[in-house]
Amino acid sequence: MNVHEYQAKEILARYGVSVPKGRVASTPEEVWTVARELGAPCVIKAQIHAGGRGKAGGIKLAQTPEEAKALAQEIIGKKLVTHQTGPTGRVVKRVLVEQQFDIEHEWYLGVALDTSASLPSVMACAEGGVEIEEVARKSPEKIMREVIDTPDGLLPFQVRRLAYGLGLPYEKGALFFPLIQGLVRGFIDCDCMLAEINPLVFTSQGELVALDAKMNFDSNALFRHPEIVALRDTDEEDQKEIQASKIGLSYIALEGNIGCMVNGAGLAMATMDIIKLCGGEPANFLDVGGGASKDKVAQAFKIVLSDQRVQGVLVNIFGGIMRCDVIAEGIVEAAREMKITVPLVVRLQGTNGELGKKLLSESNLRVISADTMAEAAEKIVKAVNQF
Amino acid sequence: MAILVNRKTRVLTQGITGAVGQFHTRICKEYGTQMVAGVTPGKANSTFEGIPVFHTVARAVEATDANASVIYVPPSVAADAIMEAAEAGVELILCITEGIPIRDMVRVKRYLQGKSSSFIGPNCPGIITPGECKIGIMPGQIYRPGPVGVVSRSGTLTYEAVDQLSRLELGQSTCVGIGGDPVRGMGFIEILKLFNEDPATRAVVMIGEIGGSAEEEAAVWIKANMRKPVTGFIVGQTAPSGKRMGHAGAIISGGKGTAKDKVDALKKAGVRMASSPAVIGQTVKEVLRESGH
Repeated sequence: MNVHEYQAKEILARYGVSVPKGRVASTPEEVWTVARELGAPCVIKAQIHAGGRGKAGGIKLAQTPEEAKALAQEIIGKKLVTHQTGPTGRVVKRVLVEQQFDIEHEWYLGVALDTSASLPSVMACAEGGVEIEEVARKSPEKIMREVIDTPDGLLPFQVRRLAYGLGLPYEKGALFFPLIQGLVRGFIDCDCMLAEINPLVFTSQGELVALDAKMNFDSNALFRHPEIVALRDTDEEDQKEIQASKIGLSYIALEGNIGCMVNGAGLAMATMDIIKLCGGEPANFLDVGGGASKDKVAQAFKIVLSDQRVQGVLVNIFGGIMRCDVIAEGIVEAAREMKITVPLVVRLQGTNGELGKKLLSESNLRVISADTMAEAAEKIVKAVNQF
Repeated sequence: MAILVNRKTRVLTQGITGAVGQFHTRICKEYGTQMVAGVTPGKANSTFEGIPVFHTVARAVEATDANASVIYVPPSVAADAIMEAAEAGVELILCITEGIPIRDMVRVKRYLQGKSSSFIGPNCPGIITPGECKIGIMPGQIYRPGPVGVVSRSGTLTYEAVDQLSRLELGQSTCVGIGGDPVRGMGFIEILKLFNEDPATRAVVMIGEIGGSAEEEAAVWIKANMRKPVTGFIVGQTAPSGKRMGHAGAIISGGKGTAKDKVDALKKAGVRMASSPAVIGQTVKEVLRESGH
């Protein structure tokens, strides 16, 4: 789960990370008020769950409260298209209004899981404000890593090693130490997948400040963080994905036109892959899970069909725990409430497969049956091309 | 022979009185697995299908000599269940539970250091030595005894691959699901090592997926050490970057963990990669034929 920059900064500030003075605002009038309170040149930053805001025009500098208000008018309520939002972009509902700094130097600092070590790891880079993924790809040697191997966070020598590596002036160590330990503490306490300060800046006033912050949380741990769940902004998420997650389904919208309903994440990905191999494009990833009921299957099927781009549906089930007859019943139930106008290919294999096929053939649905995954994929791609 | 489990394995179920634990304990027992004990705090002195239930793992092990444990408890308490089994000296621990917080698993990994237990999972289907012992949620009827070892991060895709193998009359020595989470117990390399030493295994199928670097690390190990032919498949070639594809560990982040990187690394290590998920079985057959089996 992602949160906005202003929310991440609020959380990190509680862990002793220094962040710029400022406040979030949702109208140009509010922006004017905050800018006047700050009393100096300020920055206006669009709050959406995507990077690349600066280049897309979502971050502006203002000298006066009036200018801040005028700039906010151009941002709030407008769509912002960055390289991470996709072509549809996101509507900006709020902006963060913050004090401006004279920046002497900027760095990258982040914490993420190191899957090879099965431990969280701090990453630091002497180049700040850059896209760390780019650096990781092009010049991985520029990224320093320190694995967090104690419940207390980084050990003092690790912090020193990072500070020296970043070229931080020795006398700034007193500022760096609590900041990095605060970031690590926040990462651990809040069950983060990622906690990132990019850039971390050293200002001409001699402060060390988190100019931008990003946090992503482990969705499996949200049950113990109601305070983080409360920060969720569903406007930033795909509505079908939200609907699916409410009923405990894993659904991800893709760009293609062949809807998929599959049991199991691995088989669901394999189904997408084989559609592509046959020359088609999957419209979604959907795992109905192991023990889904008839109703859940019906709801899942309706979510797939509700995608306007879907011109055909492939159901691929390898019944183990999931019984094929339950899948068939779910499809029939969904079809009662929602007319299926696109071709439907169904492959039912495994537990109660024959019974499932019988239920489908006895219904009035026009179902193209397939015995193997390859046959199913070929049939749906062909049917969609003819549709 | 097989790896990790056989007809002598004595299994206890943690969470035996829950709906999932009951269902799968019954099915595994019907398969022929020696289900010897169950653990549910507060439910001792009762039985399920004739299997005695205990308050604690330590007591269950003491009373029944169970040497493997399978865990079906909810995610919020699963880490504790794994550590309880390790503390009781259970040799093989399998955690089926999906949705355990990563921080909990990091703690478990640290706790297991220096303990004698082998741990598989979480978020996995379990392990099966066909005809001898099935521990977990996989459909037993599709497996056949035979020479092919299978190790996979996925559940249902493994069933698909096993079904292809069985239809081609290629049985399996042991099939291990290592799970779809980013922090897991035994990985590809540990399982490949066991298959390498197992006389009953003549070829191995390895099914990986996007995210992390386990497949790349396995490729390095295979190139240096593996004496048996390995057939591979990596799922998620069409998965978009930055999206978690069902499994917590199946995510391409920062351009790393793509299917292409993994396929290339495994190919370089001499692993024969199946071109489609529909031809995994066929590819193994070709590999076995070429290697003279």
